[in-house]
Amino acid sequence: MSILVIAEHHNGQLAESTAHVVAAAQAIGGDIEILVAGESVAGVAESAAKLTGVSKVRVADDGVYAHQLAEPTAELIAGLADDYSHVLAAASTQGKNVMPRVAALKDVAALSEVIGVESPDTFLRPIYAGNAIATVQSSDALKVITVRTTAFDAVDATGSAEVESVNATVENTLSQFVSEELASSDRPELGSARVVVSGGRGMGNGENFKLLDGIADKLGAAIGASRAAVDAGFVPNDMQVGQTGKIVAPELYIAVGISGAIQHLAGMKDAKVIVAINKDEEAPIFQVADYGLVGDLFEVLPELESKL
Amino acid sequence: MKVLVAVKRVIDYNVKIRVKPDHSDVDLTNVKMAMNPFCEIAVEEAVRLKEKGVASEVVAVTIGPKAAQEQLRTALALGADRAIHVETDDKVESLTAAKLLKRVVDDEQPGLTILGKQSIDTDNNQTGQMLAALAGMGQGTFASEVQVEGDEVQVTREIDGGLQTVALKLPAVITTDLRLNEPRYAKLPDIMKAKKKPIDVKSPDDMGVAVASSLSVLKVESPAERQGGTKVASVDELVDKLKNEAKVIA
Repeated sequence: MSILVIAEHHNGQLAESTAHVVAAAQAIGGDIEILVAGESVAGVAESAAKLTGVSKVRVADDGVYAHQLAEPTAELIAGLADDYSHVLAAASTQGKNVMPRVAALKDVAALSEVIGVESPDTFLRPIYAGNAIATVQSSDALKVITVRTTAFDAVDATGSAEVESVNATVENTLSQFVSEELASSDRPELGSARVVVSGGRGMGNGENFKLLDGIADKLGAAIGASRAAVDAGFVPNDMQVGQTGKIVAPELYIAVGISGAIQHLAGMKDAKVIVAINKDEEAPIFQVADYGLVGDLFEVLPELESKL
Repeated sequence: MKVLVAVKRVIDYNVKIRVKPDHSDVDLTNVKMAMNPFCEIAVEEAVRLKEKGVASEVVAVTIGPKAAQEQLRTALALGADRAIHVETDDKVESLTAAKLLKRVVDDEQPGLTILGKQSIDTDNNQTGQMLAALAGMGQGTFASEVQVEGDEVQVTREIDGGLQTVALKLPAVITTDLRLNEPRYAKLPDIMKAKKKPIDVKSPDDMGVAVASSLSVLKVESPAERQGGTKVASVDELVDKLKNEAKVIA
């Protein structure tokens, strides 16, 4: 068996998620290679070559792969896929955009958000917003998979794989990159932060989210939000934690003014320690919280900030 | 320009699901069903394109059992002009759904096909991308803004860490994310009118697509329950517990 892992990278940096996907590939077992597709990605390939357990890094460095648009990237991967039994990518917006397109080009099924490997053809994945876990077997010769990265511990960077270039260029007449608007932040990325502090509808408005800043600063935390807070227009959707937003599994998750709707719980219930702060003592969030504090968040937050 | 919008009948998002005792699947007996929330956003976007004069006709399509016509009637009440029902009682995986939709696209030749980014039952997030691949079209997934200009569509996409805008050559496929729009509610007169709008029923056989899947679900289980419920009385106690009991802060 031979597994191709699609590297995730942004601004010339290999994303942390790739090391988690390699771990999933190790759980499947077999020879592991990484594909780095993009423009001016030599540095990314160098980082990828260090990931433990990787035998080879293949690099497709070409302007057509800039911004990793789905149409050319999927065509590239589909063209290489016959050499492999599995193609894996992170279940990020990038992986979810490209991988189903690869699967359809190869006329095989795709498996999304895999959280466990039972055998090389049998996988665990959450369905119904994480309220059920399905064990799914694939009879396709090629398995196209996205991996929920929080379910697999990252591999180390102790390796030194060979790096070779792929001379496959494709044409893209379907899509063009126009612009990108990335939220600039000194805070860690929500998906990989050790601590996450999230606010819900109880925050009252977007301005009040500033109350979370001080706590997040002291804990080195990322700031998230519930869908209710996003739908109410308090904060942008990229802060959303939940089945329809980001899935997080930090060491510490602090839910502030969040009632604990099923779809939110699906996004954070794998946190190691959950703290809930809510004035409604009946809020369902308390049923999953390791430590619940019933109180008015406008009093609790400044006090908590001062005592950390 | 014609707009095709795909909708799916799923369990209502407010319903707490139960796994069947034999672990074969989730129990859908006597459970409230509804249009998938991301599909509602897709219908809304299609109808808005028509209201803006960009779209000339909105065609809704669904794949599923007879009862899925309820969701087509909802789409018609929200403003779709007519509907297509690909009727099957079999479980339809994403790739098969994409193949069936590809046939509909071949027949209808829409300028845009809009789908929800994922359905809240299987949570696959695949069908739109697969349809785009099979149809040889560009894809604007997880859309938060859609603007048709001449022979292209600009789609602003929700990506990790921000937004990305791409320009796609028409015809193209779009999948919707949450912030694209806020779907309207159907008004009673529109619900009445929708009953008279035409629904064309087809079978996968007629369309030459076998409803088969290479995926088999071996079992479905409930996730491990979290043991929570401990309350602390004060901020001091909370900080103490986090430091000395859970040891997650220094």
